[in-house]
Amino acid sequence: MAKKQLYFEDVQDGMEIPTLSKIATSKMLVQWAGASGDFNPLHYEDDFAKANMVNAPIVHGALKRAWLGHLMTDWIGEEGVLKKLSCQYRGMDWPRKMKTFDEPQDGETWHCKGKVIKKYTQDDENLVDCQIWVENGKGETTTPGAATVALPSKKK
Amino acid sequence: MALLNDALRKLVGMSTDPYIYKIEEGAIQRYADAIGDPNPLFNDIGYAKKFKAGRLLCPPGFFGWPVKKGPGPLTLAIELIKAGAPFRLLDGGVEYEFFEPVGAGDVLTMHNKIVDITEKESKSGSMLLTTIEATFLNQNGDVVAKARSTFINR
Repeated sequence: MAKKQLYFEDVQDGMEIPTLSKIATSKMLVQWAGASGDFNPLHYEDDFAKANMVNAPIVHGALKRAWLGHLMTDWIGEEGVLKKLSCQYRGMDWPRKMKTFDEPQDGETWHCKGKVIKKYTQDDENLVDCQIWVENGKGETTTPGAATVALPSKKK
Repeated sequence: MALLNDALRKLVGMSTDPYIYKIEEGAIQRYADAIGDPNPLFNDIGYAKKFKAGRLLCPPGFFGWPVKKGPGPLTLAIELIKAGAPFRLLDGGVEYEFFEPVGAGDVLTMHNKIVDITEKESKSGSMLLTTIEATFLNQNGDVVAKARSTFINR
């Protein structure tokens, strides 16, 4: 259940955040639309997507942002606090189609990655600035971002 | 070509009516399931109740699903087009600041405001960059989060 807690002392500048892999599927996009309330047809209707010059329905930027949130909350553990999270929707991604009811076709896998830029203490908080991003199957960054977290200390 | 006209400049400072809604447990669970996040704090009501927040927590950036209903950032973004901004509207990204935990049962009030409109030249021509700030307050009147979204009109 609960993952191992990360402490401020465990973190060093330049350290990598464990990669979180995701597979965007047409099914996930439908589920995301319902859960987030974003019903833009750009994300589920072929003809509408073509008319809007994106070729086929694209992955919601906000879904990739939510993946980056998942990356960070997994890393910082239950005692860590996410203070800031930002990202830019720079490149488009296209979901895999479904092969069976619950199994996607072969294709692209996305990787949410990050690294520590700086750790510091400010106003009694142990803060860590991170660079984070989503990479597509070709290794291109489509969604660069940043995060700041507060971590517990082993000393307290 | 100058895209930034007087009608658009007047929109800076424009805000929506506050939007009030309650965060439901099921909305949090559906959201966590949609992104494939099995974290028990977002999924398991019994587990989350024993944790210090005492309730199912919202994953970062989720403030209950009505965020895309009611008046929101998009309501203001549509005003840009009415004021003469180019029709093609893209979501450029978002910056969140989190101040307090947000979870099931919280009643949030969301305010949205246009805080900045600038014009920028890019390889593909001029575009307008609009920053819309959403502020979320909880039932105690505490600001729990701010979200600054950038919309691109080109």
